[in-house]
Amino acid sequence: MSQPGTDLWTLGVIVGLTVVTVVTRSFFFLSSREWQLPHWAQRGLQYAPIAALSAVIVPEVVMTQGQLITTWQDARLFGAAAGAAFYFARRGQGQAVLGTIVVGMAVYLPLHLGLGW
Amino acid sequence: MKTSPDSSPLQRLRRLAAHPEFRAGAREISGVAPGLAAWGLMTGVAMVQSGMSTVEAVAMTLLVFAGSSQLAAIPLIAASAPVWVILATSFCVNLRFVVFSAHLRAYVMYLPRWARLLAGYVTADMTYVLFVRRYAHPATAPAEREAQMAYLAGGGALNWASWQLASLTGIALAQSVPLQWGLGFAGILALTGVACSLASSTMRRVSAGVAGAAAVAAFALPFKLNIVFAIAVAVALSLLLERPAPPDRRGAA
Repeated sequence: MSQPGTDLWTLGVIVGLTVVTVVTRSFFFLSSREWQLPHWAQRGLQYAPIAALSAVIVPEVVMTQGQLITTWQDARLFGAAAGAAFYFARRGQGQAVLGTIVVGMAVYLPLHLGLGW
Repeated sequence: MKTSPDSSPLQRLRRLAAHPEFRAGAREISGVAPGLAAWGLMTGVAMVQSGMSTVEAVAMTLLVFAGSSQLAAIPLIAASAPVWVILATSFCVNLRFVVFSAHLRAYVMYLPRWARLLAGYVTADMTYVLFVRRYAHPATAPAEREAQMAYLAGGGALNWASWQLASLTGIALAQSVPLQWGLGFAGILALTGVACSLASSTMRRVSAGVAGAAAVAAFALPFKLNIVFAIAVAVALSLLLERPAPPDRRGAA
């Protein structure tokens, strides 16, 4: 069994991510002073989370080895599209995120393992 | 107002755990636990399949305790992106918690700082949603405050425990699943689900579309800077395109 090694850089990143969790979840409790974000930043808060997710997701779905894929025969395209379609069909009700994963994988795995897409 | 008798952090936490609202909080979280558990399971699998060692994956789940931030960081860690890019991306993915914390501020400011930070740390998406649904207004009387915090602690504790159990199970299972199956793709699907849940307005969908296109177009940038670039472009463009807010200069209430 070949196990990847543990390196200090990754552990350092993990500690940094932990600090990010604590700071973001407690952001407005850190200081007892009354203060407010500038107005533009408050509006920007609306758009940044979905932008960050999309910036991570899209290249992982439409690129291989740093190149835009040139075929439509890629299991990731169909998996992601099926997952998102399920989410919107359910209008986010119930366990919609769970459904997105299950439906997406149900489309992805046969294409990926069966057809080698 | 009488201040509660000085007691050690441990005694305070024990008192919360014995409160009836602690159990109520745990019970309500248990309703959404299956979905969270599936997500945790898959985050565990995704961490290991990206090439992290077992020690790294276990440390990440136990410490970071933030599914979407972990999933967003996994490909960046695998690509050895610079630390600040990884942290900045995770911060942006976590910005919704900054909004939650602004809402929760009035509920927790009576607590000492260590307790506020702990309350913040354990308050993930569903914990927050269920808490503000049950308590629409911050309490002012000490007994009520205690009840609210007990509810938050109960929900937070069960959520933490079920997430960790599922995630550790995922880490264990991932060792026996071949990499070629591509189960790590489930992590991208989970992020897709969360992104869909955020796509609640036209401008947010524009932000997502711009960010996705920009991240692909700028992929050749070194150090995964395409992610930060894409977020900056999408937010700036959304702020420019949105309907200008009604003039409320000088913060008229």
